Amino acid sequence: MSLLAAATPTTTWYLILAAVLFGIGAVGVLVRRNPLVMFMCIELMLNAVNLSFVALAKKMGDIGGQTTVFFVMVVAAAEVVVGLGIIVSIMRRRPGATADDISALKG
Amino acid sequence: MELVVFVLAAAMILVGAVGVIVRSNPVHAALSLILTLFGVAVMFVAQNAHFLAAVQVIVYAGAIVVLFLFVIMLLGVDRSEDLSSEPFKVQRPLAAIVGLGVIGLVVAAVVSSRDAITVRGTGLNVADTVGDGDTNIKQLARSVFGDYVVAFEVTSVLLVVAVVGTVLLTRRVKGSVKDS
Repeated sequence: MSLLAAATPTTTWYLILAAVLFGIGAVGVLVRRNPLVMFMCIELMLNAVNLSFVALAKKMGDIGGQTTVFFVMVVAAAEVVVGLGIIVSIMRRRPGATADDISALKG
Repeated sequence: MELVVFVLAAAMILVGAVGVIVRSNPVHAALSLILTLFGVAVMFVAQNAHFLAAVQVIVYAGAIVVLFLFVIMLLGVDRSEDLSSEPFKVQRPLAAIVGLGVIGLVVAAVVSSRDAITVRGTGLNVADTVGDGDTNIKQLARSVFGDYVVAFEVTSVLLVVAVVGTVLLTRRVKGSVKDS
């Protein structure tokens, strides 16, 4: 039990967890075809980066990391609003479209 | 105690994240995303970021996921999709390799440079049990409205642009060719 109490999570643990979360999000963007679920996976990756920012802010004793997370959250909210607007306007034109169907810009 | 919090929150985060990418129903994926976001909020509290934890719950779980659910219901895609068939055979193995590669490289970088992270700021103010509990908010406010005030103002412009742009994108123009 004393061994358990001695093992306190360090910054490295948080950074490794953030890396795993980022990897899961990246795999999700690569394998899913529903544009909504791909968006959710992008949110997963943003949260992984936020987690590493907060962990480093504590480790380095600098509030700037938390400020950055604040701005990342604002930009993420704006990005979701615009992205969902685009998805709604695409789906209205072609119901049930997946990411494969939207290839008009393919080179 | 810290270890218990870390393990439980990490389990929430990973179970939710895996749920997002393996659930075939988009509604279930959105609910798994909420689990992950709450786990991240717990991590924020454990790292002395109390204000960001509150913002995480209010903005992410309260606004962004609700927006996702609104769009899912609006578009009527709340049915399970068939995930067993894969038109492009090599995609899933390649995606797994890319994911494991990203995780492996980042973990290797983190572990090899763990001694290079040194204290460079003045330290985070931690709330004590007898005094005010809002020291984190005060310190964050001094940073946002002091050092980063220009970025803060630009952010407000960004939000206005996003809202106006979305209204313009999704508006049905009167008298145009019918959409459906």
